[in-house]
Amino acid sequence: MGTRYGRGTLAVTAGAPRVPHLRRRRLQLYEPVQKRTYWSLAVVSLCAVFGIWALLSYTGAVQNLFLPTPTQVWQAAVTENNTGILWPDVGASVLRIVLGFVISSVVAIPVGMLMGSYKVFEAALEPPIDFMRYTPAVAFIPLTLIWFGTSTTQKLVILFIAIFFQEVLLIMDNVKNVPMPFVDMAYTLGLSPAQVVRRVIFRAALPGIVDTLRISMGWGWTYLVVVELVGATDGLGFQIQQAQRYLDTPEIILGIIIIGVLGLIFDFSFKGIYARAFPYMSRGR
Amino acid sequence: MAATLVLKGVDKTFYSRRASVHALDDVNLTLEDGEFVSVVGASGCGKSTLLRIVAGLEGASGGELTLDGAPLTGPGRDRGMVFQQYTLYPWLSAQDNVEFGLRHLPRGRRSEVARRFLDVVGLLDFAGSYPFQLSGGMQQRVAIARALALRPSILLMDEPLGALDAQTRSLMQELLLSIWERDRLSVLFVTHDIDEAIFLADRICVLSAKPGRVREVIDVHLPRPRQFAQQVEREFLELKQYVRSLIHDEAARNTGFSGVLQ
Repeated sequence: MGTRYGRGTLAVTAGAPRVPHLRRRRLQLYEPVQKRTYWSLAVVSLCAVFGIWALLSYTGAVQNLFLPTPTQVWQAAVTENNTGILWPDVGASVLRIVLGFVISSVVAIPVGMLMGSYKVFEAALEPPIDFMRYTPAVAFIPLTLIWFGTSTTQKLVILFIAIFFQEVLLIMDNVKNVPMPFVDMAYTLGLSPAQVVRRVIFRAALPGIVDTLRISMGWGWTYLVVVELVGATDGLGFQIQQAQRYLDTPEIILGIIIIGVLGLIFDFSFKGIYARAFPYMSRGR
Repeated sequence: MAATLVLKGVDKTFYSRRASVHALDDVNLTLEDGEFVSVVGASGCGKSTLLRIVAGLEGASGGELTLDGAPLTGPGRDRGMVFQQYTLYPWLSAQDNVEFGLRHLPRGRRSEVARRFLDVVGLLDFAGSYPFQLSGGMQQRVAIARALALRPSILLMDEPLGALDAQTRSLMQELLLSIWERDRLSVLFVTHDIDEAIFLADRICVLSAKPGRVREVIDVHLPRPRQFAQQVEREFLELKQYVRSLIHDEAARNTGFSGVLQ
């Protein structure tokens, strides 16, 4: 056994033979890894997925109709790019997700703040929100199609239902997690309750809220595609659904890859913002 | 600058759905202008509650509190508070943390005042540092600067050194004393460390537990300015022994230790 502290200093004694029980274990709990290690591992795992795909498709282990080769998917991308149908679809989807996400968050942040700060709002709003949270957003698609047709509004309403009700409860929790001494301190410094909410509670909850936004964006992507598969006239989901009609599997895979890459880009952007805006949060993680 | 704090018959009961806890019972205490009073007692005796009531963070169930004759109703800048927990705002630099409480001052004055008090606690060089870049002791010094910068008439300290290691703690006590010698603020200082209570205070208020009552108020006649070395002198040790004995039986009785300790 032995503790993990101090062992390192013993082990580096110059020229001393390596003592087996002082050997440094490879995997240490919560031990940070170097940036280079992190990225090489990420690249290796991505390459592995790509490798398995290539192996299965090029060797013909799986029929190309079901699993196209990377070359076929690349060709689909080139064709779609040249005929000019790729980017408008990407643009339509990104616009929808950004709008749906922004609208949900603009409402969820103040409402979540109120629910987290004042029990009265929590008591009044949590039951209906919880109810909506458990109703699958997809179930609202037929209803919203009747209400709003296949318009952008209909897509945004579904995205709102899918994102908002989860998001607002997480933001409420972010706010509740603000340490009470921060609030007490603010009072003794002469702040009014309204100032405490704005200048201390909000600010202290902000790192958590940004994390919540990042997670909410992820749900957004899931539901965006669902909503575009049914009753849409453009967008990546629509493109996938069209491709299915013609058994155009390369295009389906292409759509999936684009969605994955976009999701990754958004996620990393949020992580980047987080690391920049809250350098004090990175300690102890 | 300093002020007289008077507590008359202060009573506090916490009510929950199932039970009520009588935390403080008929607490009477007067803190003279410029006096340093320590409050000690077994854990759970309500000493922190008492301080929170004076700070206005908690309402008293009964009794009266006045500061220079004016009744205390809610929290205010006239009472500077330092908590045991690190309460610096992590998103603000040391200087911005001190300035945070100075919003009543014109913008131009704030940084000047903040820097003056960072200098008082010896941290002017760290004005731009963020709390996570400072040690626990340094964070508490910034917290003290923040409280002092309000120019309060009384300083309320709730085990401010409780989370620090012994060496830092002892240095902080000397720092506190030197600040107090200079400004002669009234200080109400809650601690569970009896050495600390004696070393710093003019008087020690010993609270009994459940409910918290003033068991005894003891004058500390050790000469000032106090020196670290006084802590091994006979008078100091006798006083320590006496305060300990007052608290010890109480603590044993209230925490279920008396059954197992013979």
